[in-house]
Amino acid sequence: MMFRIERDVLAEAVAWTARSLPARPSVPVLAGMRLEVTDEQQLKLSGFDYEVSAEVTLEVHTGEPGVVLVSGKLLAEITRSLPAQPVDFVVDGAKAVVTCGSARFTLLTMPVEDYPSLPAMPPAAGRVGSDVFASAVGQVAVAAGRDDTLPMLTGVRMEIEGDTVTLAATDRYRLAVRELKWQPGQPDFAAIAMIPGKTLADTAKALGATGAEVEIALSSAGGTGEGMIGFSSAGRRTTTRLLDPEFPKYRSLLPTEFSARADLSTGPFVEAVKRVALVAERNTPVRLAFRSGEVVLEAGSGDEAQAVEALPVDYEGEEMNIAFNHQFLLEGLGAIDSDVARLQMTTATKPAILTGGKPVDDAAAADYRYLIMPIRLSG
Amino acid sequence: MSRKQITGIGPAPRTGVDDSGCPILHVDMDAFYASVELLDRPELRGRPVIVGSPAGRGVVLSATYEARAHGVHSAMPMSRARRLCPQATVIPPSHGKYSEVSKGVMEIFYAITPLVEPIASDEAFLDVGGARRRLGPPAAIAAMIREQVLDRYGITCSVGVAASKFVAKLASKQCKPDGLLVVPADEVVTFLHPLPVSALWGVGERTEQALVRLGIRTVGDLARVPSSTLQRELGQAAGGHLAALAWGRDERPVTAHVPDKSIGNEETFAADVDDPEVIKRELLRLSERVAARMRKGGHVGRTVSVKLRRADFTTISRSRTLREPTDVAQVIYATACELFAAAGLERVRLRLVGVRMESLRPAGEAVRQLSLGERETGWREAEQAMDKAIRRFGPDAVLPASLVRGKLDEIET
Repeated sequence: MMFRIERDVLAEAVAWTARSLPARPSVPVLAGMRLEVTDEQQLKLSGFDYEVSAEVTLEVHTGEPGVVLVSGKLLAEITRSLPAQPVDFVVDGAKAVVTCGSARFTLLTMPVEDYPSLPAMPPAAGRVGSDVFASAVGQVAVAAGRDDTLPMLTGVRMEIEGDTVTLAATDRYRLAVRELKWQPGQPDFAAIAMIPGKTLADTAKALGATGAEVEIALSSAGGTGEGMIGFSSAGRRTTTRLLDPEFPKYRSLLPTEFSARADLSTGPFVEAVKRVALVAERNTPVRLAFRSGEVVLEAGSGDEAQAVEALPVDYEGEEMNIAFNHQFLLEGLGAIDSDVARLQMTTATKPAILTGGKPVDDAAAADYRYLIMPIRLSG
Repeated sequence: MSRKQITGIGPAPRTGVDDSGCPILHVDMDAFYASVELLDRPELRGRPVIVGSPAGRGVVLSATYEARAHGVHSAMPMSRARRLCPQATVIPPSHGKYSEVSKGVMEIFYAITPLVEPIASDEAFLDVGGARRRLGPPAAIAAMIREQVLDRYGITCSVGVAASKFVAKLASKQCKPDGLLVVPADEVVTFLHPLPVSALWGVGERTEQALVRLGIRTVGDLARVPSSTLQRELGQAAGGHLAALAWGRDERPVTAHVPDKSIGNEETFAADVDDPEVIKRELLRLSERVAARMRKGGHVGRTVSVKLRRADFTTISRSRTLREPTDVAQVIYATACELFAAAGLERVRLRLVGVRMESLRPAGEAVRQLSLGERETGWREAEQAMDKAIRRFGPDAVLPASLVRGKLDEIET
């Protein structure tokens, strides 16, 4: 087996494939990256850790068909540092030789026959713009739990009903929901999937860079290929195993009526929260006192350092004192993607909803909702 | 107990020595519970007496020096104590009495200085540096305390007088019972170096073994080992700490108010238990008790720790720090059960279980992150309601249902 390819093309493809390689492989062969030249002069790079698979397909100038397995991490490091010249990759017995300009590397090959075959892609279900998809996933994945002892809360739930995709994630303390439109293969397509949050966020971000459309491969309820979802775009495909579809009945938890509404400029609000939070320990609250025209932010306690800052606010409602985990608040403000942050509240112990802009004027902004549970202060 | 000034234990009391640099007093009641019991049973004076629950498998709370001469000491299982000293009279403990005397004794201390640091109901440190002009030198104050305690309560105590807390504590131990020992500031090293390393604070069985392996048996041996070697062998903090103690350096001041660092309860089973259901029920009962004590004291805590002692006395502790502080029994219990399950001792015969809450802070600072779909009123409110009912109707007015059965059994038998 051999092939010749431009350095930049190879380096990018290798780096993308190497993302899914396990840091601590359960069996040594999983540390490998599989390179295959097909009879059609295509180079396929793939990686797999039993949960997530990734594969890139590239055109090569000259190639002899064959397949080889080499250390993915090492190959990624080598290709990243090669000079900008064509790269020759030649397999010679148990060795693979990489030549680029005057640099030459000899790599040991790994037993390719022991490498597991990649899971088949589920049937294609529809398409969505990769940038829209990446931003929507980013907005929702912030609320996914990071505690692996509660796997149900580490996922992002994807509900598909016809041309609408709803993404939702919660770690019990906040809940992020985003709706977006897509082009389903069949107009009445419906499916539900729980996708590991971190994997989905990484995948969406990596595919978002392509600028092309993302094809989502997922079987509808009861169809074949269940338990797996695939994403492909511009010669790249990745699959991941799904989580148990159990998820809180979140729609009923989203309040629709509120007794107070505050509109703030997002930038200054974020800056102020970050400043007062300097004195707040992890998991401790930032307290917000809303009055007509002004909100006062406070953090810290009498025994420790304290911080206070006032901001102008467009506020409707009775005076309200409410407290939030500052990290949760900042992550929500970072996700709304709008110059104006709207916080809607009921009481100091009821869920508050953060949205971007003014939903009444701008229908698109209401597509994203970030629910945040307050911190109850004692006394 | 008779009022003996000199005993065979430790060197003779040293008074009339230079106490000018020795403002720290360690006062330790002699065989406290036993001495208090003897007030009501004067006929037992001079005889071996053990205070501890005679039924079941309690431990020795206190023993007179006559019983100690047979090897009995506090915290020893009663069964072993009775084997060692079968002729001893066993008195079941009666708690109200001790705390009454303890309170009175502490009052004597507070009349001398506000700088009193109680360590237990029968033990306290005093810093009398500021009382010198009013009441005289530390040794005279120590003698006065001993006199007043004996006059008012008819029991004896021992007082160590030194420049630092840890030397004062060693001194009181050396002169026990009914003694007074001043360790002048310039004689600390002479006093310390002949002592075995186990006399030092922070040297338990493990550390002692580690030190003996290095050929270190006395405090003097320890002092001659470079601090860096100790830190390598025992860890940065412990090694440095011991190196300082070996030369009598102990900078810890007497702190007047020491808030509870932890609140815990433990239970020795009447017979070893291997049924996880029974063990969990006991964990629930202990969690309820600990939580009630925390709410009463106005504390919340973040770290739940569980102690499990196997039938062969080997003991393990496991702890977990929660996301935020709590005083709710259900939260403590759930965490305790997880710790028990993770300890891998299911179906192992256990002798004792304990539940403890650590990293306490005032409940007023407690905040609670609400979670999605949670009810407005939860276990915390339910348990506060239980507290109210219990204040009004007595300790067993409200119990978790799984604990009621045990109570009914108790009433029936």
